[in-house]
Amino acid sequence: MLLIPCPWCGPRPENEFHYGGEAHIARPADPSALDDAAWADFLYMRSNPKGLLAERWRHLHGCGRFFNCLRDTVSDRIAVTYKPGEPRPAMP
Amino acid sequence: MDNATMRFSAFSLLRHGILGGTWSPQWRDPEPRAGYDVVIVGAGGHGLATAYYLAKQHGIRNVAVLERGWLGGGNTGRNTTVIRSNYLQDASAAIYEHALKLWHGLAAELNYNVMYSARGVLMLAHNEHDVRVGRRHVHANRLNGIDNEWLSPEQAKAFCPPLNIRRDIRYPVLGGALQRRGGVARHDAVAWGYARATSDLGVDILQNCEVTAIRRNTAGRVIAVETSRGRIAARKVAVVAAGHTSVLMAMASVRMPIESFPLQALVSEPVKPVMPCVVMSNTIHAYLSQSDKGELVIGAGTDAHTSYSQAGGLHVPAHTLEAICELFPAFRRLRMLRNWGGIVDVTPDRSPIIGQTPVPGLYVNCGWGTGGFKATPGSGHVFAATIANDEPHPIAAPFSLDRFSAGRMIDEAAAAAVAH
Repeated sequence: MLLIPCPWCGPRPENEFHYGGEAHIARPADPSALDDAAWADFLYMRSNPKGLLAERWRHLHGCGRFFNCLRDTVSDRIAVTYKPGEPRPAMP
Repeated sequence: MDNATMRFSAFSLLRHGILGGTWSPQWRDPEPRAGYDVVIVGAGGHGLATAYYLAKQHGIRNVAVLERGWLGGGNTGRNTTVIRSNYLQDASAAIYEHALKLWHGLAAELNYNVMYSARGVLMLAHNEHDVRVGRRHVHANRLNGIDNEWLSPEQAKAFCPPLNIRRDIRYPVLGGALQRRGGVARHDAVAWGYARATSDLGVDILQNCEVTAIRRNTAGRVIAVETSRGRIAARKVAVVAAGHTSVLMAMASVRMPIESFPLQALVSEPVKPVMPCVVMSNTIHAYLSQSDKGELVIGAGTDAHTSYSQAGGLHVPAHTLEAICELFPAFRRLRMLRNWGGIVDVTPDRSPIIGQTPVPGLYVNCGWGTGGFKATPGSGHVFAATIANDEPHPIAAPFSLDRFSAGRMIDEAAAAAVAH
């Protein structure tokens, strides 16, 4: 079980959280301008990297708030968590 | 006599028993050639089956199967070996039933005992919604000519005696759908059987051969792969890499609708035959059968988060064991021997992706998620036809990659026995 540092509440066990999938996937600004392929990319295509992944978590059984997290998908180590709206931190 | 038909005869067993000696290798271990007509990436069950049917049915034998680790060492050797075809949608019923029919004759086809045992798969219902969904599956399956029948709790108990059908447990058994032709097979034997038969047909199986890049010409067509054992030219490249599909497809700049999750399984200490069938319960996630060695083989769920770690959190199998302890009180004192994880490739509609890709010469077979083992022969069979003819096999056609932009989803989230 992961120990996840909520940016507001501090480190808490994984079962207090709900997973939100890949982060920084913004809804298209002009949806009517999108063709089918662009919609499919927004809705379904995922980077699914083997390495650092920016992902969303929600502290469901805590403060209830969403936040973002950089985690290594090979080691499952969490590098950093950050608040929504903040840019993805540059990692070494 | 060193052909495949004699290697494991009763006589050769007796002779080896008395005289000793070593068994000959079951498949060749060749050096990579400079190029092949088809390079298949991934020597799991699906990749080996694809190579087998390419060679056997389509006469394409200048084929290599590349494997990063060892043959059958990924999800083929890590799954819980359940076989069934009771899927809801017509397209899914067609492909899983195609596979089930191939399972019936697979041991004879490969001349290798894959230990397919049609002992029945019982899927339990624990609430009103489960009952309705289960009955709907039974009716849909029967319309598609697939056996599936509804059992009362008493009938379920008669079919699976260790099952607890008391009404005073937290999630009582309200009934179950039974597919009698469902069952299990020996997962390693499937990989080994396909490997031996495929190698005998002239296909090169190259282990410890990791693909590091996919090379394309100026027109965008695939021409070669770079590997840890050197560059290998290829007219066609077929990616059959389960949890690592996204990583490989990214080498050809193709984004995939896939996320990779750890899926865990565990086995108990071996006991005498006690569990006559496969039982699964989607709602409370009990999922078990008994292997011929006597171990209870238990399937846990996926972790909530994506990962390539081949090890999930301990709370995931613990959840499954809690459900099993309630449904099978007799198993409460069994000790668990081993627990492991595999990386499964999950699609948005929980159905596989089989076929061509936007890149000429590049084919993909993936997205089997938590339940690919059962499809192994059917998957390889239709994928081989798709590669050989350069057009989708009719059974594979609905599972094309472009269904995500066309909106033709094949929603099987409820048919998957594993919650994810």
